Amino acid sequence: MIGSAVPRKEDAALLTGRGTFVDDIHRPGLLHMVYVHSTEAHALISGIDAEEARSLPGVLGVWTARDFAGLPPRPSVPGLERGYLAGDKVHYVGEPVAVVVAADRYTAADAARAVRVAYEPLPVMATVADALAPDAVPIFAPLPGNLALEQQVTPDDVTADLEAAPNRLRARLVNQRCAGTPIEPYGVLADWAGAGPTVWATVQAPHRVRAEIAERFGLARHLVRVIAPDVGGAFGVKSSFMPELFLAPELSRRLGRPVKYVETRGEHMVHTYHGRDQVQDVEVGFDAEGRVLALDVTITVNVGGVPDPVGIGLATLTSYMLGGCYRIPKIAARFRSVVTNTTPTASYRGAGRPEASFLIERVVDLVARELGKDPADVRKVNLIQPDEMPYQTPFEGIVYDEADYPAALDLLLGELDYAGLRAEQARRLADPAAPLLGVGLSTFVEMGGFGPTPLFEQFGYLGGWESANVRLQPDGSVIVLVGTAPHGQGHQTALAQIAADQLNVPFEAISVLYGDTAVVQEGTGTMGSRGMPVAGNAVRQAAAEVAAKARTIAAHMLEADADDVVPIGDGFQVNGAPEATVTLAAVAERAFKPHLLPEGTVLGLENTAYFEPKNLSYPSGAHGCVVEIDRDTGRVSILRYVCVDDCGTVINPLTARGQIHGGVAQGIAQALYEKVTFDGDGRPLAASLEDYMVPGPLDLPPYETHHIETKSSFNPLGAKGLGEAGATAAPQAVVNAVVDALAHLGVRDVEMPCTPERVWKVMHDAS
Amino acid sequence: MRVEITVNGQPHSREIEPRLLLVHFLRDTLSLTGTHIGCDTSSCGACTVLLDGVAIKSCTVLAAQADGCAVTTIEGLAGEDGLSPVQEGFRQCHGLQCGFCTPGMVMAATALLAERPDPTEQEIRNGLKGNMCRCTGYQMIVESVQWAAANGGAR
Ligand code: FES
Ligand code: FES
Repeated sequence: MIGSAVPRKEDAALLTGRGTFVDDIHRPGLLHMVYVHSTEAHALISGIDAEEARSLPGVLGVWTARDFAGLPPRPSVPGLERGYLAGDKVHYVGEPVAVVVAADRYTAADAARAVRVAYEPLPVMATVADALAPDAVPIFAPLPGNLALEQQVTPDDVTADLEAAPNRLRARLVNQRCAGTPIEPYGVLADWAGAGPTVWATVQAPHRVRAEIAERFGLARHLVRVIAPDVGGAFGVKSSFMPELFLAPELSRRLGRPVKYVETRGEHMVHTYHGRDQVQDVEVGFDAEGRVLALDVTITVNVGGVPDPVGIGLATLTSYMLGGCYRIPKIAARFRSVVTNTTPTASYRGAGRPEASFLIERVVDLVARELGKDPADVRKVNLIQPDEMPYQTPFEGIVYDEADYPAALDLLLGELDYAGLRAEQARRLADPAAPLLGVGLSTFVEMGGFGPTPLFEQFGYLGGWESANVRLQPDGSVIVLVGTAPHGQGHQTALAQIAADQLNVPFEAISVLYGDTAVVQEGTGTMGSRGMPVAGNAVRQAAAEVAAKARTIAAHMLEADADDVVPIGDGFQVNGAPEATVTLAAVAERAFKPHLLPEGTVLGLENTAYFEPKNLSYPSGAHGCVVEIDRDTGRVSILRYVCVDDCGTVINPLTARGQIHGGVAQGIAQALYEKVTFDGDGRPLAASLEDYMVPGPLDLPPYETHHIETKSSFNPLGAKGLGEAGATAAPQAVVNAVVDALAHLGVRDVEMPCTPERVWKVMHDAS
Repeated sequence: MRVEITVNGQPHSREIEPRLLLVHFLRDTLSLTGTHIGCDTSSCGACTVLLDGVAIKSCTVLAAQADGCAVTTIEGLAGEDGLSPVQEGFRQCHGLQCGFCTPGMVMAATALLAERPDPTEQEIRNGLKGNMCRCTGYQMIVESVQWAAANGGAR
């Protein structure tokens, strides 16, 4: 089954409106929780008047920070603890200030509007520049200033290497702030019945959430049940520990009734965390062929008003991946995480790695332009060769697995008809009536398969492994329990394919369950492109053990030696004796009949495996984009978008294609459309889907997808992960194409998003 | 106030608040939770249903405005003989990932095919322009609708 494009098991329910998302769940006596959000970016709270709100019929109460003072703080970096609601001051527009519970959502919304908060304004520092200015005041109280973290990632000092290099150039690149914007907003339903809460939530790591909730309430973990039901997209933004994960259970406990919170889109845009938001200062030294000799990078990250424990250190991952697919001998990297009066930032699809890929791919293009060389040729002289794999990067522990970067680029250039495109570009340049043509390349590598445990522990997880329990039912059908918590990736399907191959049972006879801490053994979760490379291997390992035991029982039933028993269509056969067969269903039933089994046989056919990957995996590839730019309006149209991906073993080509498309779509969205902005007073200017430009069907092109399959030796399946590759590869493929189309004007950079307005201005400033 | 609304062929008569949105009437009053809510600015289309055969965003219509009308939701599409061609097309062509935009997308595509049984790719993209999907990048949705057009259309 591995490698076959079967339609998904997930779809039947989702297509008939029978999915179960958090907001679809109803419990008797359900109450609705709504926040009062800060309208100010930086202010002291001088008073909260909730009297009118409390008096509305149907309102059960209004609570402020003071009311939760007894609850230990949210998961935070030690020393940077934060509460659930703003206390004495607010740090950004959208920060929750109070919480209202009412019998229905309309009344709860009315009551939230009726709460009056008095603010004493403080100076607003909505940008990094303002937050680091000499007269800036500290925003987040535990910190003496707004520089939350400054880290030298490599000890390398490359000053001498840069000075010795025949050529050098500097650049400042901006990776703008984006909003993950899953179409299902964040939601929580908590029902504290008995000794502890059951919490349904739109989360990516239910066991981790269970641990955090249990810790806050001083409960043993068995008393807390967390369920991630169908989750309507997450893209990293549902991995943060939003306050509602704790407030809803606490209010359910106090009120003795179930409490649901589902954010509105308007809330999502200011309250749920954003991603990216890096400024990168780069200096690169290179020789006459374009070989990169040394790279010096300083990254400045805007972490928003209340630093998130993941967001504050995400630029570590950016630093690790700065070398991209290239043999760069020396890299010096450091980053600064800066607090500003904006919504906090944390993970968004790719979480730190797209920012690195963008940087190095833009830099390689700048080097090519500086030398008057073709960007494809400059890539070729720098690419790490297949015989250098596994490749030790300048960063300790960061070792790329097997891949053939040059082959991916060659395949891409061939599919693009690169030479033909360059000829067409020249023809159009000469014809002032023709729209400009640009070609952009992106040879990328990113991290997938998060673990292993020592790395993942740093992000607060119990481990970097993933777990699977594979259990044959007495009729020979199979239940797989897996520790991931997917939200669109199709694990029911792909993991069933893996189990089917190991167990030699039909795909249809397998169900994959996940997302419920009361059902699934300990698990890690879905993020960091870890589904196939980590969970896939856990399923493979558990299933293999079960298959081996089934074979032993079959041998006993066939009165043969286990070594002589081989799997056939629907069961086992003695080698060379076609009449001596037994079905898997008969074997499965036999596994529950102690009196018919050899003395000492453990009953049942099941196994739990915890798979710990040797290291991260490194999905890679080469993407190319062809754009046309209207000379009058600056409008960018994508004519072609071509992907060559190496995710190692492809489990299901249909869902793999979907993952690539979706990632590329978000990457193109970052390149052309999306940006979260704030005005000088820290007021969000993109607080709805009218103002934040999530692309629609007319805004995105068809994608051409191709694969190179180099199996990773870091895990038995040879899979590398795919969920984040598209989002990592695409932004710079598009931007490189846009800059390429304008290069004859002397244009060297266009900041994202490359909107018509911005491109037009760049064109006019240049000519 | 009292409204009479036929939903998926079933007449319903309910006492409602005048400000109740049709989407909340469907989801909360009738427990038809297949119709989703993804925004508050009529931008995303997750709430798309058919109102007297026309695709509308049920978050922008009051239940009161639907009084006397017939509504078809995602729950009303599949028959005893299985998925509708549009639903089956989405399954065959992997036109959904998380499935949250899907009910709205399927309803919009059904309305599109009722009007244009054999649309071009551009017509499909245009017909779905009021619906956002954050997972698929749209191409496989377009292919799903093409599959449906070739296999029974809007039924
Ligand atoms: S919920 Fe109706 S358009 Fe978004
Ligand atoms: S499938 Fe997730 S939003 Fe469309």
